[in-house]
Amino acid sequence: MSNAINEFIRGITKDNPVFGLVLGLCPTLAVTTSVENAIGMSAGTAFVLIASNILISMLRKQIPSAARLPIFILIIATFVSIVDMVMEAYTPPLYEALGVFIPLIVVNCIIIGRAEAYANKNNVFNSFIDALGSSTGFLLVLVLIGGIREILGTGQIVTFGYNIVAIPMMDPATFMILPPGAFLTIGILMAIVNHRKAKKLERGE
Amino acid sequence: MVEESLFAIFMDGIFIKNFLIIQFLGLCSFVGVTKDTKSAAGMSGAVIFVMILAATVSYILYTYILVPLDLQFLRLISFIVVIAALVQLVEFVVRKNVPALYRSLGIYLPLITTNCAVLGVVLLNVMNEYSFMQSIVFSVSAGIGYTIVMIMMSSIRERTTLVNVPSAVRGLPQAFLIATMLSMAFVNYFKVIPI
Repeated sequence: MSNAINEFIRGITKDNPVFGLVLGLCPTLAVTTSVENAIGMSAGTAFVLIASNILISMLRKQIPSAARLPIFILIIATFVSIVDMVMEAYTPPLYEALGVFIPLIVVNCIIIGRAEAYANKNNVFNSFIDALGSSTGFLLVLVLIGGIREILGTGQIVTFGYNIVAIPMMDPATFMILPPGAFLTIGILMAIVNHRKAKKLERGE
Repeated sequence: MVEESLFAIFMDGIFIKNFLIIQFLGLCSFVGVTKDTKSAAGMSGAVIFVMILAATVSYILYTYILVPLDLQFLRLISFIVVIAALVQLVEFVVRKNVPALYRSLGIYLPLITTNCAVLGVVLLNVMNEYSFMQSIVFSVSAGIGYTIVMIMMSSIRERTTLVNVPSAVRGLPQAFLIATMLSMAFVNYFKVIPI
């Protein structure tokens, strides 16, 4: 059981999709204009990641290794189509806001990366835990970036109709909601992560 | 918005809806292969080439096969298969017939299958309901916009390799900070010039 917990934690810290492996940058930067969009995007990605990891892990003995990548892509594309249609039917505003990035989950390197590196070699339960960890890591990073950008850009965080935080600001920096704000936020966060990693390495040795 | 003339779509694709800097499509290659100008140029050439081909083929597929048979829900699966097959085909043809081009573009071609920019062009063409001519113009201009930004970014990164920055900032964070400034220039473009 402790093994499963370790696998789960690893997806959040060491193998974090964005800061650890630097995968899936496009959705990370594009949809994090608000916390709400960030949660919607990571929910879609999490569903596809977990479902495809479980299915690929079930079929891992049947999939011939020469043809594995096309098969992975077809499995992933099927689940992405499901997410696309469900979101269009039940959450139209979120679907409008995320736009082309929902179908683009299919080329998100996190999913095919986990399929190739993990689900293809491990049993169903471990693959499920691995997918759960990676999705949680992705969700945390997206919410962090979305939160920073939304609070600096608009002075408040409004998620699904609830006003969570509001800071009285004279002149919110609209800059943070625009594309440059995304690059600035991830650049600074990545520098902090690198700094922490270097510190840890120093102490370890 | 004014009516979508071909010229408006062209300028939109290059500057206002720039793929890398405004829409965040294809960022993996943006931070991955911009370490020197030569590979950035090679990658851009391959992307333009595949974008135009993919837009043509997917337009034909969508309009003449998927729509008449009422199979639009299969569009994502069919587009990704078409792009993957197309990249393989282009690789074979180029290797056989134009070895010189293959040597400069060859290693970038496999990267393109999972590049969101190519799939993004195809999906945006369908979402905006562009006609054949409009989708070709949009994919050409998207490719040109991609190239401009890739070349600018790689030249700046080449020039800043020897700059003395803190070790934590070196590498990816530095690339993102450069991208911030490039992006500021592009964002102000569409604020200053109202189209």
